[in-house]
Amino acid sequence: MVWKTVLRHVVTRPPAPVQADAALARALRQRVGASKLGRSLAIRHVPAGSCNGCELELRATQNLVYDLTQYGLSFTPSPRHADILLITGVAGRNMVAAVREARAAMPEPALVVAVGDCAVDGGVFKGAAAVAGGAEAILPVDLIIAGCPPSPAQIVQGLLALVEAHDTRL
Amino acid sequence: MMKQLSPQDWRAHPGKFIALWTDSSHAYALYQPGELVAVALENGAYPALPHAGAGWFQRLAHDLNTHTAEGAADTRPAIQHFRAEDGTAPWPDLTAAPGEGVHQVAVGPVHAGIIEPGHFRFSVLGEQVLKLEARLGYAHKGTLGLIRGKSPRLAARFAARISGDATVAHSLAFAHAAEAALGVEVPPRAVHLRAIMAELERLANHASDIGAMAGDAGFAFLDARFAWQRECLCVAAHTAFGHRLMMDMVIPGGIAGDLAGEGGAAILAALAALEAELPSLKRVFEDYASLQDRVIGTGIVPVSLAERFAAGGYVGRASGQEGDARLSPGYGPYPDLGLDVPLERDGDVAARIRVRLAEIPESIRLIRELLRLLPEGALAVAPPGESGMGLGVAESFRGAVWHWLRIESGMIADVFIADPSTLHWPLLEHAATTAILADFPLINKSINGSYSGVDL
Repeated sequence: MVWKTVLRHVVTRPPAPVQADAALARALRQRVGASKLGRSLAIRHVPAGSCNGCELELRATQNLVYDLTQYGLSFTPSPRHADILLITGVAGRNMVAAVREARAAMPEPALVVAVGDCAVDGGVFKGAAAVAGGAEAILPVDLIIAGCPPSPAQIVQGLLALVEAHDTRL
Repeated sequence: MMKQLSPQDWRAHPGKFIALWTDSSHAYALYQPGELVAVALENGAYPALPHAGAGWFQRLAHDLNTHTAEGAADTRPAIQHFRAEDGTAPWPDLTAAPGEGVHQVAVGPVHAGIIEPGHFRFSVLGEQVLKLEARLGYAHKGTLGLIRGKSPRLAARFAARISGDATVAHSLAFAHAAEAALGVEVPPRAVHLRAIMAELERLANHASDIGAMAGDAGFAFLDARFAWQRECLCVAAHTAFGHRLMMDMVIPGGIAGDLAGEGGAAILAALAALEAELPSLKRVFEDYASLQDRVIGTGIVPVSLAERFAAGGYVGRASGQEGDARLSPGYGPYPDLGLDVPLERDGDVAARIRVRLAEIPESIRLIRELLRLLPEGALAVAPPGESGMGLGVAESFRGAVWHWLRIESGMIADVFIADPSTLHWPLLEHAATTAILADFPLINKSINGSYSGVDL
């Protein structure tokens, strides 16, 4: 009964799109400068030592409710096509080299985003012998999106600030 | 509850092997349905076990505690990836399958999709996969070390982050272990609400994964609809328990917060939506030949192999293994409610999907029943500062998770955590060789081992 489902979605409108935080967008603009990146950004996700909670919510940003692509943001399988390196999880000892290689494979200019408390500063795993800290322990980070895990709406809102940072009207 | 064995009896012990670990004085082995045996360590060594599933555990015990399994065939590192002086991580020698024209394909640790890190090395001849070697350990965080020296209540947040998709089940097994060690009786309301959370988690994962498998086979419509259902369940969980994944809600002694006033209605509405749409989604699965062609006969785990590894969850049930920890060894409130566990024997991706589809209505029934019978009363009791050893189990969506704790004066002296994925990864290595390389993402998703859950 595909048509029934389609019909239901014609009459029930999806929730209003998420808005970027203007102050955050301005701050980001100052940090990353007026880069040549447009408003369509490709994201390469690299888990550096997560519990897979953040991955669940990252995947959810692509579902019918949050629909990340409507904002011009999309996930790409290759770092060669990516504008954003999105890191989840702690800086795990065994992933440091892989994260650096993924960043090195990206064209410039590129942005680095840390998603989830673990990527922000190590989260609950802070201080473990196998953990160097958050994503900042591997690479300079441009934007953090905190939460354990952050909700899909929070992730979308944070990423939108990166898009809006390129809007010269701000 | 624990039986101390001689080295000979340790090696010859019969039963379905679940897990192995060591502490400073002993090596422990766990068999279904919760039989714990131990052997004393001699000069930091113990006799290797002949069970198929023991390999990863013995490698892990070596890397974590430097204890050697004497006579073990597989001595590859588990989580201690070799690192050179300059901080780089050179590759180990991953050998190809023998034969002319065989070449290797390397995938990971950074994968194409939004999934956890791991490295897969395929040996292929044309398109046919001849051998798969999985190199795990990338998600190692030293969780067990963080749990030691803390009280059960404080350490619960680490148990909740062993594998985020099974956070409720791991928290529940951890709480069961602490409660068994300290002799805590959990209030009935907490027992009911725990089970509601555990079944919600099962539903959310089944919905999300079934959709993702259909998506991998090119059916974006099914992926979109199942992801929508998963989202509705997460929103209901947030309304009911204040967290989309219900993380940190199950604690030793009970639960951390009550069901919100409108929570019951929110959960029932999400269940009704899922129940209403499920038949039409299932029909798409059954009616489209191009979808059936991708999943039938793909990624086969034979019944004999599943039995040797004592596979659990949908991986085991799709290959003729009946075990379900909710019934055997069993824990509250399931024995009172009854439980229908689906069973298939084909062992392919299609069978695993059928098992998961069949588990959805059962979980819906359980949640409705639990909400209807929800008793009033306290939510938690404080665990006493006493000593003891305890085993805890909970059936996660992917099978039984086991937690073992030794508590001394209210502080955790030692801990081990066994996720069912440990026994499922070798099955993936086999299943991949029954298909072509292009089918691997589908097979991997159908088994869906946790990386974080085995890397600890």
